[in-house]
Amino acid sequence: MPTAEDLKRRIEDAIPQAAADVEDLTGGGDHFRATVASPAFAGRSRIEQHRMVYDVFGDEVGGPIHALSIKTQTAEREP
Amino acid sequence: MTDENTQIRDAIKGAIDDNRVIIFMKGTPEQPRCGFSARTVAALQALGTPFAAVDILPHPAIREQLSALSNWPTIPQLFVDGELVGGCDIVTEMYESGELAELVGVEQPAEAPVAAEPAQAPPLQIQDPPR
Repeated sequence: MPTAEDLKRRIEDAIPQAAADVEDLTGGGDHFRATVASPAFAGRSRIEQHRMVYDVFGDEVGGPIHALSIKTQTAEREP
Repeated sequence: MTDENTQIRDAIKGAIDDNRVIIFMKGTPEQPRCGFSARTVAALQALGTPFAAVDILPHPAIREQLSALSNWPTIPQLFVDGELVGGCDIVTEMYESGELAELVGVEQPAEAPVAAEPAQAPPLQIQDPPR
């Protein structure tokens, strides 16, 4: 069963310079909320930004990860 | 793809083409079967815009074909003018910012918080992120 910490690490590993904050909404390891900031979101629509986060987990969303609520923010690129 | 799946996919495409504002959800607007669907449909109702709703629960292939078509893994999914707008998070964000009213071409309601009726809400309550 994935933990909020697992999700955070996987998002940050997959999306360039991402900072993720993941919360397990029910404590059951299947409903999560992720707030993700990355400079990689710049110039992309919300749909595309959210797809980038969903893509980290592929078929797991809707499977073991029953629900993943997402909020994205475009972060400044680190020098 | 089996004939049945092709038929379902064509029916979904047809419904998206025929309805300017259409939501694919779990349950119905009167009886949502998931908190995310309830919240998303509540945003549309608050805007007072006409919309079509498709319940994806009766057959698993509806959801499979919809997600294959839209490249979006979760339900609900809102389409406006044939384009995927998003799921609960994006629709709620756009409702609150007034972008959704602009997109569907209605006035932003003065005061209409998006909240599922308690009677319709499932155990999971989605709260606004802390500010």
